[in-house]
Amino acid sequence: MLRPMASTAEFPRAHTELSATEKTFLQAYRWMLLARVVEEKLASLYRGGKIFGGVFLSKGQEALSVSLGISLRKRDIFAPLIRDQAARLAFGEPLLDCTRTYMGSRLGPMRGRDGNVHRGRPAEGILPMISHLGAMIPTVAGALMARRFRGIQGTVGATCIGDGGTSTGAFHESLNLAAVERLPLVLVVANNQYAYSTPTTRQFACRDLVDKAVGYGVEGHSVDGTDLLASLQVVGHAVERARAGHGPQLVVASLLRLAGHGEHDDGHYVSPGLKEGALGRDCLKVAEERIIDQAWATREELALWHEDAQRQTEEAVAQTLREPLPDPSQEDWCSLASRHLSEG
Amino acid sequence: MITYLEAIREAQAKALRDDPRVYIYGQDVGQFGGAFKATKNLAQEYPGRVLDAPISEDAIVGSAIGAAMEGMRPIVEMQFADFSTVGFNQIVNHAATLHWRTAVPCPITIRLPSGGTAGGGPFHSQSMEAIYAHYPGLIVMAPATVEDAYSMLLEAVAIDDPVVFCEHKYLYYHLKAESLPTEAMPTGKARIARTGRDATIVTYSAMVHESLAAADELAAEGWEIEVIDLRTVKPLDTDTVLASVARTGLLLAVGEAFPWGGVTAEILARVASEGFDLLDAPPRRLNAKDTPVPYHPNLWGTHRPTARTISAEMRDLLRR
Ligand SMILES: Cc1ncc(C[n+]2csc(CCOP(=O)(O)OP(=O)(O)O)c2C)c(N)n1
Ligand SMILES: [Mg+2]
Repeated sequence: MLRPMASTAEFPRAHTELSATEKTFLQAYRWMLLARVVEEKLASLYRGGKIFGGVFLSKGQEALSVSLGISLRKRDIFAPLIRDQAARLAFGEPLLDCTRTYMGSRLGPMRGRDGNVHRGRPAEGILPMISHLGAMIPTVAGALMARRFRGIQGTVGATCIGDGGTSTGAFHESLNLAAVERLPLVLVVANNQYAYSTPTTRQFACRDLVDKAVGYGVEGHSVDGTDLLASLQVVGHAVERARAGHGPQLVVASLLRLAGHGEHDDGHYVSPGLKEGALGRDCLKVAEERIIDQAWATREELALWHEDAQRQTEEAVAQTLREPLPDPSQEDWCSLASRHLSEG
Repeated sequence: MITYLEAIREAQAKALRDDPRVYIYGQDVGQFGGAFKATKNLAQEYPGRVLDAPISEDAIVGSAIGAAMEGMRPIVEMQFADFSTVGFNQIVNHAATLHWRTAVPCPITIRLPSGGTAGGGPFHSQSMEAIYAHYPGLIVMAPATVEDAYSMLLEAVAIDDPVVFCEHKYLYYHLKAESLPTEAMPTGKARIARTGRDATIVTYSAMVHESLAAADELAAEGWEIEVIDLRTVKPLDTDTVLASVARTGLLLAVGEAFPWGGVTAEILARVASEGFDLLDAPPRRLNAKDTPVPYHPNLWGTHRPTARTISAEMRDLLRR
């Protein structure tokens, strides 16, 4: 699959002395940065009335998201959820898939038929989410069963869910199913403290979501989702455990949604205490500070990377704006693969 | 002026005020006032009776059924009609069958923010009235006016049966009235939204307004089109429909839902079997296309019927 890490500013020479972990960290940081920049652009296009429907930002969740995307391999299966722009980029989804789907380009993977985060490339292992929360977990499980039936080894399947999505029947049913089948499934829960306006106190009564792992008989991991280093380690470890045959892995990350539920929402209900507390840290800033503290890159290099992300974003948006919009007269209005069976 | 959405909010406020058995349950309906603000301030005004639910539609509906059996009158808000499929089992297998099986009524109201809006896409746009109307034991309402949104929701809460209340998101802000009604038509009775003698359009919900606009267009060409607003799709007021067709001789049924089966097919089936000789030409139906609801407005605008396509279809019928 395409890995669009196109960049004018590859790692500077000094970085050849960095360890593999440090290089991964920098790579992950740059995907996070690109996700942040492209989403800021989407938000401004939305405010300008250039995007129909909702715009959902992953601000504050990029570290967790990228950790999953970067830990997966090319032939793995990935069903990203609402706040997974960084993971999508790291897994290899072209940036244009994002802008084209949000802006309805006919050339995008969804051809204007579906929008915003409801996009993917099933043939390349990126499953396009439906809105119904929880619905992608059993789908990934089934894709893994197919790999097993077909005798394909070494695949990991991964998907994400929010704290709210853990309340669905689908979450429960499919984690249990995956455990029974001992599938190499990694389920990352982003506990960002809210499901739209609903705080976790109205969502679940367990002490910690990771305790659910015991109930399903799967391995559970907790991580501070504001910390890129920790997220890379914990999510990476969970992916390796799944790949090594230890069955489903439940990763529960604590963090805070640093935007509204969508751009239509100001998130006024988010508790100030949470915003000011440890969970309210901006993972991008935390990662940046670590880079500078550890001298893995200079501030000048960070600025260059930021410029590079902006350039990539502007190019993608400009190209998308030049592309044709969906045209009803060119649609076949046929939902079936068996075209001859379509009633039209 | 009061909007369709505010009317829904006011009806719930009145239901909470007048009847201690009423409570509201759904995602984000509490302090936040709901995704569309249909329960704005109700949690503050009626503490403990407007509760945020987990994202568990199956359990939300199931719990409402249990509460109803114990004498409550729950109002359940689905965040979008489309997510009611997750509670489908409880709605069609449990709520719908309870009274028939036990003679114990199941007075729950399930509010479904329904229908398409620009940019809504396949999972935030569906019209599900036909699916629910198919099941014995459910009443299905689809109000098209501010007044009906208010009075029918109050009726829904008062009725001893499970009511699926399909409120149209497109009408939420678009539709305004001077004031709330003090009296209402009986449940199950259709309304003649516009009288005419040349042809009959039977429709409901947002399509009433598209049909009225089409009738305006055709009036400029000298045609008088009668528009019937069904109000409830189950029970379906066949008498009013037949009486209109008896006057006009021509029938076009219009709906926003998918074309296979559904409310428009039911209307045609009833008129064909009970009033075949009233018809001067084969009756017609106009629905959305047989694909999921597309996201981009360019496609969505073609997917569903509009005043333009309704008037075109009607012209064709008139020139038969
Ligand atoms: C089954 C279902 N019910 C309701 C919704 C409407 N909905 C969309 S996002 C959302 C909140 C999700 O919260 P959470 O799972 O915590 O994810 P977050 O938005 O915080 O990332 C809700 C209720 C839905 N998409 N699916
Ligand atoms: Mg959440």
